Amino acid sequence: MEPLFRDEEIEMLLNDLLDTWGYDFTGYAHASLRRRISRLYLLRAFPSFAEFRYKLKNDSAFFHEFVEEITVNVTEMFRDPNFYRSISEQVFPWLSTKPFIRIWHAGCSTGEEVYSMAIMLKEANLLHKSLLYATDINPSVLENLRKGLFPMQHMKQYSENYIQAGGRLDFSSYYTAQYEWAKFDEVLHSKMIVSTHNLVSDQSFNEFQLIVCRNVLIYFDKGLQERVLRLFDDSLEKLGFLALGSKETLRFSDLSAGYSQLPNREKVWKKIK
Amino acid sequence: MEKNQVSRFRLALIGGSAGGLDAILKIMSRLQQVPSYPIVIVLHRKADYDTLLVDLLENRTVIPVREAEEKITIENGYLYVAPADFHLLFESDGTFALDASEKVNYSRPSIDVSFISAAEVYRENLLCILLSGANADGTAGMKTARELGATCIVQAPQSAEVPFMPESALKEMEVDLVLAAESIGDFMARL
Repeated sequence: MEPLFRDEEIEMLLNDLLDTWGYDFTGYAHASLRRRISRLYLLRAFPSFAEFRYKLKNDSAFFHEFVEEITVNVTEMFRDPNFYRSISEQVFPWLSTKPFIRIWHAGCSTGEEVYSMAIMLKEANLLHKSLLYATDINPSVLENLRKGLFPMQHMKQYSENYIQAGGRLDFSSYYTAQYEWAKFDEVLHSKMIVSTHNLVSDQSFNEFQLIVCRNVLIYFDKGLQERVLRLFDDSLEKLGFLALGSKETLRFSDLSAGYSQLPNREKVWKKIK
Repeated sequence: MEKNQVSRFRLALIGGSAGGLDAILKIMSRLQQVPSYPIVIVLHRKADYDTLLVDLLENRTVIPVREAEEKITIENGYLYVAPADFHLLFESDGTFALDASEKVNYSRPSIDVSFISAAEVYRENLLCILLSGANADGTAGMKTARELGATCIVQAPQSAEVPFMPESALKEMEVDLVLAAESIGDFMARL
């Protein structure tokens, strides 16, 4: 038996996407990409690779579905509670000295982590002078973020995470239940700027004191990781902080000399140069 | 197979769930020398016990133990442990990849995901081992891996603390060997 796709076929698809739609996935790590593409191919029961390729080149609705399927949109509120504890204990004191706080959530997916950050800022009495920029490659995942809607079924888990992260109030005070959705407090959303942004091809658009990009770099190859880290470096003010996912690191990057990691092993780096 | 002969296996991949750790320790007790190939363990567990598992294994084997980190090159003679809460994948350049996508079989890491990914890269040079556990994760992946040429060993259900997982595989497919954990260790020591 052969694997579902040969490497050359994956390359062909990626070149089509670049030529036809201007989306460059060639810097994505292959193992995960291959798995996601195979999954979509089987889910939609394509009879042949040629038909899959044809539809991807000619059907814009399918192309958008493809982007949604092959980018991973698994996230949660206060994911890794200790991470949020570190941010509020080690990063907020510095942020609080600023007249105006700008935070970028790059690759924010459906936005659970952006709302988590907004809640932490509110409890630290910093939200009123903050702006949270929430960006993702994928326009459809940003829709519910804009409306402040999240599935009700996860609230019990999020509430536990929130308490572990050091939350001080009743988590349910931040939302009202609307059938299967939890609608979050408008005041949180009023401090968010939501936009599409492609880390592969788009440039720096502002200077931030904190950039959060968690579980995004693991899907990129080394070259693209380095490019994106440079983009963050260009977008981060001196003494600002860069926060990555629990298994991501600056250690192997050329930029690592300009950063020092928080002493508690959480994946947060301070820009020292 | 003659000892000291270069093994045809370029990777041994071990999957386990409930009762799997006990089986892994039994296997390790029989590996008295550092093997000529890398061993990778995908074990279902709670998210918070990563360093604990590495520490525990370090005290029970002569093989150096590492967490499987994304982009690191998989080296012969090491025992790698898949981190909790990520799927572990294999790139064709011999490095690890991590993936935080949806759980598969209620599991992340999923054994199915790792078996399939490894088999696509290593084919007949892959040794897949499925141990004790309480769900069916691993069966579909082992089936695909064997179709791609991998050698497949299942822990003998009567020797497993929780026989459901090995039984599930044996119900669905032919495997190469069915062995008690200690015998799996003896087999690996001879490779």
